[in-house]
Amino acid sequence: MDQFRLHHGMDLLQAKPYHSPEFINFKCMISVSDLTLERYFEPVFQPVSFSISTGDLVLLTGDNGCGKTTLIRILAGVLAPSEGRIEWGDDGMIYVGHMLAVKDDLTVTENINFMRQFLGHSETSTAEIVERVGLRRVCEQTARTLSAGQRKRCALARLLLTDAKLWLLDEPYSNLDKHGMIMLDGILERHLRDGGACAMATHGSLRPEGFEYREIGMVSGAAS
Amino acid sequence: MSHRTGASKAFLALVRRDLLLAFRRRSEMMQPLLFLLVVVSLFPLGVGPSPDLLGSIAPGVIWIAALLATVLSLDTLFRSDFEDGTLEQFAISGHPVTVIALAKIMVHWLVAGLPIVLLSPLLALWMNLPMDALDVLVITLLLGTPVLSLVGSIGGALTVSLKRGGQLLSLLVFPLYVPLLIIAANAVSAAVAGLPYSGQLGLMGAGLIAALTLAPFATAAALKLSLE
Repeated sequence: MDQFRLHHGMDLLQAKPYHSPEFINFKCMISVSDLTLERYFEPVFQPVSFSISTGDLVLLTGDNGCGKTTLIRILAGVLAPSEGRIEWGDDGMIYVGHMLAVKDDLTVTENINFMRQFLGHSETSTAEIVERVGLRRVCEQTARTLSAGQRKRCALARLLLTDAKLWLLDEPYSNLDKHGMIMLDGILERHLRDGGACAMATHGSLRPEGFEYREIGMVSGAAS
Repeated sequence: MSHRTGASKAFLALVRRDLLLAFRRRSEMMQPLLFLLVVVSLFPLGVGPSPDLLGSIAPGVIWIAALLATVLSLDTLFRSDFEDGTLEQFAISGHPVTVIALAKIMVHWLVAGLPIVLLSPLLALWMNLPMDALDVLVITLLLGTPVLSLVGSIGGALTVSLKRGGQLLSLLVFPLYVPLLIIAANAVSAAVAGLPYSGQLGLMGAGLIAALTLAPFATAAALKLSLE
């Protein structure tokens, strides 16, 4: 942590871009090689190899059904790959998928409070996190009454609760309005600047704006 | 990760959350208890109000009703967490899944098992169970209902990913409940007849310890399997 802080100061002074290879404490957070998953004796996607390091933003793109969600779930450790190798770093990761893990019967504040106690503590207060994801007005409502976009924001609030360095996001922009997308871009920018990394699955039309990113085009396994 | 919470903190957070959720869904939680009360209260109507007959079948009836009521609530044990993605967040959180399973089982017992124990004096009265056997009934329920939750959670975890896992769940867990039912009902009947019952209680205690030490691991393994 201290090294990160130290570097962070230097980074500001010398105004180096956060994705610079000279980034001190440059660390590999996840690396996969020839990874694929078979379902019903057919690979879901063509084998992929890549690694994600400090400051990286990686987009997994491709058509519907090409295995983006499956790959993200493998990276998160929910699914086990049937072939290939996967190695995780020790900086922690957090995954926000299609299933938002927001409890309908709890209020926004209760949802965030639970995840804070469960995942780890962050210095930011729940009220501040609620403010940052733009849910202050509805924070005492049960999640059942929220719109799809507001539920998404409630799930994305998890990103602010840990100091996990690797973010795995599955279609993070879906359901979000313009302000929500700007909000997400903001916290993503800060995360990458602080030495984090992010892998994001997206089908193409919704992309982070103003970021340098690497794109990994995925091909459905059945296409071969 | 420098700021990760310990497993005990996560355990407490989860217990607190599940109790709050149970309170918010209290009508859903009441259902098995209502079922228990209805089943037991129907017996005097069905088999006749003869006090002797009721007294002699009381241990079996109360235990069977408790067993059925528990199975009713088992299907919901992991389902909502599975369906909204909370379970996969738990699985990748880095906390041992065993601890998570144990927290869920504990809340299930507090919400579904403990009320049965608390209601048992009323049920005993309805079934005309001799009052000297009441303490034995309460003890068997205290020792037995946690075993119902613990063993049942394995079945709940195995069937959580199935759309209609309910029927399969009962098929899975009822055979496992049979020894418990036999021993518990036998202990209460022995107390009614004035015979020693410490052997049965000892067996039930051993069963509880075995379930407590083994079931959370089996449940955790089953949950991981269901997530694949």
